[in-house]
Amino acid sequence: MRIPRPGYLARKLAGVAATLFAVITFNFLLFRILPGDPIRLLARAGNLSPEAIDRLRQAFGLDQSLPVQYVLYLRNLATGELGTSLTYRRPVVQILAERMENTLILLAAATVIVVVLGVLFGVIAAARRGTRLDSGTVLTSLIFWSLPTFWVGLIFVFLLGVYFPAFPISGMTTPGATYATPFDAFWDVGRHLVLPTLTLALVDVGQFILITRSSLVDVLTEDYMLTAKAKGLSRRRVIWRHGVPNAMLPIVTATALYVSLIVGGTIQVETVFSYPGMGRLMYDAVLRRDYPVLEASFLLFAIVVIFANFASDLLYRVLDPRVRNA
Amino acid sequence: MTAVTFGAGGRLGRVGASFRANWSLLWADRLGRAGLLLLAIVFFAALLGPILLPFDPTAVGHSAADLLQPPSATAWLGTDEMGRQVIWETIAGARTSLVVGLVATAISMVVGTFIGLTAGYSRGTMGEGLMRVTDFFLVIPTLPLTIVLAALLGQSLGIIILVIGLTSWPATARIVRSQVLSLRERQFIVRIQSLGATDLRTVGIHILPNVLPLVFANTVLVIAGSILAEATLAFLGLGDPANVSWGTMLHFAFQSGAAGRGAWWYIIPPGLGIVVTVLAFTLVGHSLDRILNPRLRNR
Amino acid sequence: MALLEVRDLTIRYRTTAGEIRAVDAASLDVDAGEAVGLAGESGCGKTTLALAIPGLLPANAEVVSGSIRLDGRELIGLPESEMEKVRWREASVVFQGAMNALNPVRRVDEQIAEPIRIHEPGTSANEARARVAELLERVGIPAARGREYPHEFSGGMRQRVMIAMALACRPRLIIADEPVTALDVMVQAQILRLLKDLRAHLGLAMILISHDLSVIAETCDRAVVMYAGRTAESGDVRAIFRSPAHPYTQALIRAFPNVRRERTFVSGIPGYPPDLMSPLVGCPFVDRCTVGIERCRVETPALRRVGPAHEAACHLVGESAS
Repeated sequence: MRIPRPGYLARKLAGVAATLFAVITFNFLLFRILPGDPIRLLARAGNLSPEAIDRLRQAFGLDQSLPVQYVLYLRNLATGELGTSLTYRRPVVQILAERMENTLILLAAATVIVVVLGVLFGVIAAARRGTRLDSGTVLTSLIFWSLPTFWVGLIFVFLLGVYFPAFPISGMTTPGATYATPFDAFWDVGRHLVLPTLTLALVDVGQFILITRSSLVDVLTEDYMLTAKAKGLSRRRVIWRHGVPNAMLPIVTATALYVSLIVGGTIQVETVFSYPGMGRLMYDAVLRRDYPVLEASFLLFAIVVIFANFASDLLYRVLDPRVRNA
Repeated sequence: MTAVTFGAGGRLGRVGASFRANWSLLWADRLGRAGLLLLAIVFFAALLGPILLPFDPTAVGHSAADLLQPPSATAWLGTDEMGRQVIWETIAGARTSLVVGLVATAISMVVGTFIGLTAGYSRGTMGEGLMRVTDFFLVIPTLPLTIVLAALLGQSLGIIILVIGLTSWPATARIVRSQVLSLRERQFIVRIQSLGATDLRTVGIHILPNVLPLVFANTVLVIAGSILAEATLAFLGLGDPANVSWGTMLHFAFQSGAAGRGAWWYIIPPGLGIVVTVLAFTLVGHSLDRILNPRLRNR
Repeated sequence: MALLEVRDLTIRYRTTAGEIRAVDAASLDVDAGEAVGLAGESGCGKTTLALAIPGLLPANAEVVSGSIRLDGRELIGLPESEMEKVRWREASVVFQGAMNALNPVRRVDEQIAEPIRIHEPGTSANEARARVAELLERVGIPAARGREYPHEFSGGMRQRVMIAMALACRPRLIIADEPVTALDVMVQAQILRLLKDLRAHLGLAMILISHDLSVIAETCDRAVVMYAGRTAESGDVRAIFRSPAHPYTQALIRAFPNVRRERTFVSGIPGYPPDLMSPLVGCPFVDRCTVGIERCRVETPALRRVGPAHEAACHLVGESAS
């Protein structure tokens, strides 16, 4: 394990900052240039009188030129001012803060399952390359990869909501429930998490298995694997202590793609299961054309992905001693 | 048994010859063959279904009793919440999904290949700049971006196609770019250039044919992704309401509470359609990737 | 009884194109403390033969017949669990081009200590550490560098690390597969000297595989020249160099420029090795041999005595007639 040197860290953070800035600008342009006159969008949503429209225009600074708007926008962002939701009539920041936590819980739970099962089955498939177990695993993974997340969710709702009601199919907690102990609270939330997490994990685990498998198959042909065997190590030890640590490196690199996928999956899963997270928020915002919320949640999702990439980059540097820190 | 021949003057004719060789390799691979067969079924159903089915596509239910009915002799896959035949919608949905998938992919491949070629071939700031732009778009999460674009631009089929096409090019551009980078330094390119070949000629006649096979394998996988993307967008309410697709079917199924009510005939056919089609393209693409990418050959 | 006795070993590789005769009825003896060189061009079977000893052949290799006895114990047919105990403890390997032969993500001292911890489980962490330090010093690497990773060492240093690692469990036999091929000449000399010293100190037996005869001439007591999977010539190193009996050995020696002799063109050996998939008829070298006779085409020559501890598989040498 190696800790990257401070100089490197600073440069990496600067890069992240640059990307963040680019995303913020992109977001700004997206919502102001594309629809032409954003006020018309808002007007459509709210059924407003011409005076009200003018007032809105002023309030949002949309009567100013674009560069001025941009500066205003940045200033607002810096102070955490993300606008007011058209549907909830509350500051967007507040709504996001509430929902963000729920989504992160879901993401974390699903990621744990995906990584553990993905690596496990990927390693098994690679170690037994060419056997029927291997082809079966590959085929199953490809099938999982081809499943639309939202459809899997619908099937679960259907099977476990209608036929075998084993788990709750909507929400994060049982409506109106009171908890005697914190454990009860966890239990309730946990039960509500089962289906969304499973749905989210199912589709992504297929891809993770395939990435792990192909990475390990590459590593198995390396010379140091023969050295390990020559040392009299058992096959299990050779694979897990010499193969897997090297195979993890390309997998960490592939995290970028994975995070983007899982973010997409979260939106679908939260929609289907009415889970009160950011994904559901985005869905509702689309339905009701709540543009301030839409803009803010898009920005937030992009930020999540950027930071996940940054984290995986760091992780890679820690895991691979060959990468120079200078 | 090399599937792709790299070399000076790689004319498209040579690509054609290796195309036949690759085709037989694809057929020989079990997964690839399964994929091709599934594709044949899907296309067959999409193209000939409307002709072979004896139902009136515009018929809607006349009474409440016709709504959300399970399969019967008159309605092979049951009816939806408006009394329409699910089987008809499924077949019609196949066409929409396939059209969107293919056209969006075409856009994505053209844009991605063009940018990838330029980014890989140009030296200096142009190449660097394009690379940064590509990397930037790779960081932006795809589904949120397509959602936002569709919400802002509208919901016609054309817009959906455009949106999907314009959000999936970065992955292709990246692949093309890295291939071009490795080709650029090879001996035969340097030689051709010293003989005075223009950049356009070099790229068009010598680099492009060597890049195309990889692009082709990638294309098939992008088609799979585009079909999934359309289905997801439609499910979330951003599909074209005038054109039934598998995604819109599932959207209405969801909205009308069909899942909760146990209307499995409404949920399963469109979903299966998506899975089978996407799986077919994925299997073919996965096999092609193994065949055309020499590094992956021994897996 | 020799430390290692390989008798009539025949090994085949199963490929999609057919079966390849990698080793064909080859025999090899190594006495305790002795260094035997395995020479020959690429594909002649020397690596296959040597790696068969610790059971390190790939999955598509099959030992068709023959025996490998290490210290009197038959190794062919041993279950994998038993074989794991033999590996490294009794016979270890120094691989060619330690470029990639060391795990890039683990520290060098861990990798050297690993076989010690596995084969001698009672060893405490401190003991293991001390042994690793001693091994590193012995091969000329400061013990402190054990905390570094393989990529931080130069090629020659990495090879030394591999040698240190090979000595970890105090084996009786070391198999060195082209240990100096990837190194420049100065470093080559150093490594060869190191091997010589270690052998003298520790009484190690060694099988040294190389396509470079001069390397074998410098370090080994005996040599075995292989061609197309068969033994062409074997014997005392000086005997082979002074009076090579097999035409192939003669051609090999001629192919290397000699500083002392007159300047002549270096002569390669025209032609290609035979196809190892088709059955063997006659002597495998016949197509490239300059002195072949009719008999060479039809009858495969057996090893004949050419001198004390010197044999060659050629119809034209040794006890004449028959």
